Amino acid sequence: MKGFVLKPSRNLLGEGDRTKCGDRAAGGGNTLRFAPGPSTIPKQGLARILAFALALVATPALADSNLPAAKWANEQLPDPRQEAEARTLMLTLRCIVCQGQSIADSDAELAGDMRAMVRTRIAAGEKPEAIRQWLIERYGQWVSYKPLVEPMTWPLWLAPLVLLGLGAFLARGRFRRHR
Amino acid sequence: MIAEGGLAALWLAAALSLLQLIMGAVALTPGREEAGAMVRPVAIVQGLLTLLAFAALIAVFVMSDMSVKLVAANSSSMKPLLYKFAGTWGNHEGSMLMWVTILGLAGAAVAIFEHRVSNRMLIATLAAQAAIGLGFFAFLLFSSNPFERLPIPAADGQGLNPLLQDPGLAFHPPTLYLGYVGLSVAFSFAVGALVTREVNAAFARAMRPWVLAAWILLTIGITAGSYWAYYELGWGGWWFWDPVENASLMPWLAATALLHSVTVLATRDSLRAWTVMLAVVAFSMSMVGTFLVRSGILTSVHAFAVDPERGSFILALLALYIGGALALFALRVSTVKEGAQFEAVSREGALVVNNLLLTAILGIVFVGTLYPLFVEALSGEKLSVGPPYFNSAAGPLALLLVALMAAGPLMRWRRDRLKTVLNRMALPILGTAVVLLLVVVFAPPIGVLPTLGLILAVGVGIGSVAPLWGRNLRRTPLFTWGMVVAHLGIAVSLAGMACESAFTKETLVAAKIGETKQVGPFSVRLDDVEPVAGPNWTALEATLTASRNGGTAFVLKPQSRSWPNPPTETSESAISTRWDGQLYTVLGKQDEDGRWQLRLWWKPFVTLIWLGGGMIALGGALSLFGRVRRERRYHDRIAYA
Repeated sequence: MKGFVLKPSRNLLGEGDRTKCGDRAAGGGNTLRFAPGPSTIPKQGLARILAFALALVATPALADSNLPAAKWANEQLPDPRQEAEARTLMLTLRCIVCQGQSIADSDAELAGDMRAMVRTRIAAGEKPEAIRQWLIERYGQWVSYKPLVEPMTWPLWLAPLVLLGLGAFLARGRFRRHR
Repeated sequence: MIAEGGLAALWLAAALSLLQLIMGAVALTPGREEAGAMVRPVAIVQGLLTLLAFAALIAVFVMSDMSVKLVAANSSSMKPLLYKFAGTWGNHEGSMLMWVTILGLAGAAVAIFEHRVSNRMLIATLAAQAAIGLGFFAFLLFSSNPFERLPIPAADGQGLNPLLQDPGLAFHPPTLYLGYVGLSVAFSFAVGALVTREVNAAFARAMRPWVLAAWILLTIGITAGSYWAYYELGWGGWWFWDPVENASLMPWLAATALLHSVTVLATRDSLRAWTVMLAVVAFSMSMVGTFLVRSGILTSVHAFAVDPERGSFILALLALYIGGALALFALRVSTVKEGAQFEAVSREGALVVNNLLLTAILGIVFVGTLYPLFVEALSGEKLSVGPPYFNSAAGPLALLLVALMAAGPLMRWRRDRLKTVLNRMALPILGTAVVLLLVVVFAPPIGVLPTLGLILAVGVGIGSVAPLWGRNLRRTPLFTWGMVVAHLGIAVSLAGMACESAFTKETLVAAKIGETKQVGPFSVRLDDVEPVAGPNWTALEATLTASRNGGTAFVLKPQSRSWPNPPTETSESAISTRWDGQLYTVLGKQDEDGRWQLRLWWKPFVTLIWLGGGMIALGGALSLFGRVRRERRYHDRIAYA
């Protein structure tokens, strides 16, 4: 089980984890926040990680992932088309132990395991959206950066149309009408 | 003593801002105008006192005074001097003090330099600035005191997050904060104009340089931050639609819209209410960003609920200022006439569509950033909104906006004819068509957005210099040059983004010492991995020898660093910049077979992204300089007449 992040508890609950993920919020980004603020991973996070780890073990596709470094964590698939598919998917999946990073650009070991899972499944011929669905069913929408289209997310998807419509309505009075 | 002095200066500044607010309010009542004489000097002294407090905090950080709680928690005596200095704002309290310092200094700058508006309006503006300051002074003094002492001094500090130990920290936050907080001046001007009922072209001309200055700094801050994230995080990404990034993008979008609408107001005395509204929105976005980042709400809504003191404080300030400004707006909007209507095909018409699109994009970023928090607070369900949403919702609007950007400057004020505009645009349209053909024929299949981005970049690049055609270049006003350079910068940046997303080559491999790997046109050989040490870190450093298609070899040395204080590992990428892109290399871990993980990218023309950003800021600077110079000459002429 060395592949999982369940080693030092500091990593899960303390500052260590933030930097391990390459904490964009604290470090790189265009940020207001530069400081290691209060500890970032709430207790709920631990439960999620445990749930995730256990589920991975129970998954046939990952039967061999208890080898030290998951095979496809840091290596590309030989077929460029499949690798491109996997990469596109990985960029839209959230590393659930980091703060706001996709699994495609995180140093966290868990992200590596998730990358390995994605590549293994893509190589086995699974469709990217099926993998996303599988992850969402188990870990909730949190894991996917692409919100589902469902009643709860309608405001999100309607926002652009509503905003444009509202703006056009407000702006219409500004234009002179031709007779 | 220095810490106590800093705290005293902070209290004094807070007291002066209260005085500034009261005197300003008194001076606005009829018959008490003499009270206004104090407002200017008080604003200047208040600014200097906040600067003194900030200098005191820098001093305790540089001297590593471990009896100050903030220093002990965030610094370490082993750090290089630069990071002791820059570490002052690498934490919550210090960055909030910097925020307030800039707010105070912006007020002082207005008091010193602003002579164009009526005295009444200046006083109202400074009173509004003092009102904002007061709230944030209270926030610092009551819930985030940076000068708090420890009962027993610590032996040494806990250190600074290693990701922050980069020269970027010294420049990036101050630049960005100057931009954010600089927008407070626009907000105060808008409030001042509403209070004194002087929303007119003169108000717009007075506000414009301040907005422009804040916008330039925001542009530089965002561009630099994007590059910082790119090389520091080690995965080659340059924009992530992270809420913290969005927090900096939202004020920029609002300021960009404001910059264009204020031009309409200054030139044509139209769009009055809308411009005032945008000025309020722009600084509101700065405060929303501060709230998002400072309250901890991004990490988790629950974390916010558990320790809500700071978050609630900022939220209350936010409600007070935005609510207050909007209430004032609602009260006075009936007295503000929107001004003349215009033809659909005219410069004004194009600028209205520009504002419409920018505001819609701002709205999308706002909703996408805040809706997940809203849903989580309400139902407990956790949503993630990321690149797929922002790209598909805001991307098409952004491309439309860029396309319009080529046409807008070619239209005349008041009234133009579609036919003549299209004639002027013949060459840009031709350029777009040629590139479209080239992409379709030669390039490998790339996505829809990158294709559109690429062809638009070329068309818009040509279109953005079109306003210079047929003009005497030496007599062209500096602010026209500014517009051209900034618009060209957008095209350059867009070209970089499109190339990066369409043509990047990625190689992730495990390599033995001596093995050669291929990435795009480069072959990269892993020669060696050796331990090296820095001032407060140790590292494993790889020596990579790369050559392009068998050409001259060059060496890259990516590192995997270990930091003792606090214990962390980071990867330092090694980047080689060519004229047509960057080779980006990262050293990962060693596996059981003794092979080293390497991450290699060839990113064609990625540098254009930040070059474009720099051009946008340069364009802004030319424009600012041109405006200020022209106004000074105009005033001189009046003085001589």
